[in-house]
Amino acid sequence: MKILETKNLVKRFNGVHAVDRLSIGIKKGKITGVIGPNGSGKTTLINLLSGVLEIGGGEVIVDETEKLTRLLPHQISFYGITRTFQNVRLFEQMTVLDNILVVVTERNVFASLFEKHTDYHGKVAEEVLQKVGLWEKKNQLAVNLSYGQRKLLEIARTLAMKAEIYLFDEPFAGLFPEMRKIISDIIRELKRENRTVILVEHDIGLIRELCDYIFVMDEGKLLAEGAPEHVLEKRVVIEAYLGE
Amino acid sequence: MEYLIHLAILFAIYAVLGVSLNLVVGYTGLLSVTHAAFYGIGAYTTALLLTQSGGMGFFPSIALGIILTLIISFLIGLVLSKFKGDYYALGSLGFNTIAFAVFLNWHNLTRGPLGIPGISRPELFGIDFSNNLNFLMLVLVFLGLVYFASRFIVASSFGRVLKAIREDEEAIQVFGYNTLYFKLTVFVIGAGMAAIAGSFFASYITFIDPSSFTLTESVFILATIILGGLANLRGSILGALFLILLPEILRFVGFPADIAAQMRQVVYGVILILLMLYRPQGLIGEYKL
Repeated sequence: MKILETKNLVKRFNGVHAVDRLSIGIKKGKITGVIGPNGSGKTTLINLLSGVLEIGGGEVIVDETEKLTRLLPHQISFYGITRTFQNVRLFEQMTVLDNILVVVTERNVFASLFEKHTDYHGKVAEEVLQKVGLWEKKNQLAVNLSYGQRKLLEIARTLAMKAEIYLFDEPFAGLFPEMRKIISDIIRELKRENRTVILVEHDIGLIRELCDYIFVMDEGKLLAEGAPEHVLEKRVVIEAYLGE
Repeated sequence: MEYLIHLAILFAIYAVLGVSLNLVVGYTGLLSVTHAAFYGIGAYTTALLLTQSGGMGFFPSIALGIILTLIISFLIGLVLSKFKGDYYALGSLGFNTIAFAVFLNWHNLTRGPLGIPGISRPELFGIDFSNNLNFLMLVLVFLGLVYFASRFIVASSFGRVLKAIREDEEAIQVFGYNTLYFKLTVFVIGAGMAAIAGSFFASYITFIDPSSFTLTESVFILATIILGGLANLRGSILGALFLILLPEILRFVGFPADIAAQMRQVVYGVILILLMLYRPQGLIGEYKL
């Protein structure tokens, strides 16, 4: 079953096609990689799927039924989508714990006025922070974390959402092997739980290791798709992506 | 003693303004410079209702001032929600200018620059608030109510979302929050609280004119919270105390009589600049602009 699809998706910036009539289908419960050279439109795709950028044309289809030509950022959690950002975006002047609690508590304005976080919210926060090894730092401000810890906190924040679809935009970039392993394990665990992961990544080794299926983008277009072991051998991919 | 009570009343009124503006600026990161407009709407509502023959009492006039301010601030907040960052500040500045122009030019209602004199003091359960000490107690009760209501707000899940909006509005949106509703709600709540301060100001001074609700007044309220500390309610109170008391303390510095007033202004300005240079987060602030 395709949990997420794009049909002729378009995004232009000042006449330049960042995403150009892109049609892809993401299977539920799989880890799908999106690779391509810098400027190929990978992050633009993630921004379109998460409502951060306005769709310029075409549509996004969720669960094979919901056809969306307009998607706002606050609507994506309704469709079970969550994401991380290429450049980590935390709530800097808030504690590590509050960075998690803020995404698990009430969305309704008036209900949230009369809500203080409950034991349940506390347990969710503890569970995800333990998973990424940040529970001990729960009272620190996010701004004081190291780069790697910031990446982990951003991932913990998405885990707290208990979403169906996780969009991870270069989650491994600039991390030590130990932290890369934590994130790899989290991605594998999400797959075991039948959740869907879309992974934008440059590290081909990790793509081979983690992904069930990959899309290769170049200049906003789909260049190739399939199982990593097949796609990464294709001459057109090697030429465009690896420059060989 | 009367002098000290007078200062305490002014302090309490500005503390209400500071606490309410801190919800908007300090906690939510919306750099609003239109607070004096809401302060003015509260003041004019009370002034007009208390000076009409057969007019209503002080407390119903507060309630009506709040309701009117909620409606107007909702509409202003809706427009301001289109702006971000510096543009938000500029947009809000525009609304303060419009409000001042209305106070100044709507002669039939506000008497323009002539102002509204003869505003009465409240009376409740036989207690006469013409007595300044009694009036001070009443303002302090309302300051307490505003403070605890604000503390309740910032300690709630709603308060946590406000901080997240301040830190990164787009990031919190992707987690399912329609930030427009949160920003509008806090803006309207803050404006309603400012209207309470306006009602007390009108009744205390017994005369109001547009000069009390200028852009400079909004900047002064903003200065109290930046100085006291953004995203810290006690900071707003400390800031109000500091900015109300500092000019008074400077009266006792022995400047030569012919330049005393100007020197006080200069020293006042220098102290503010030094504080911002060496303590940009304010006296007890948790957040820098």
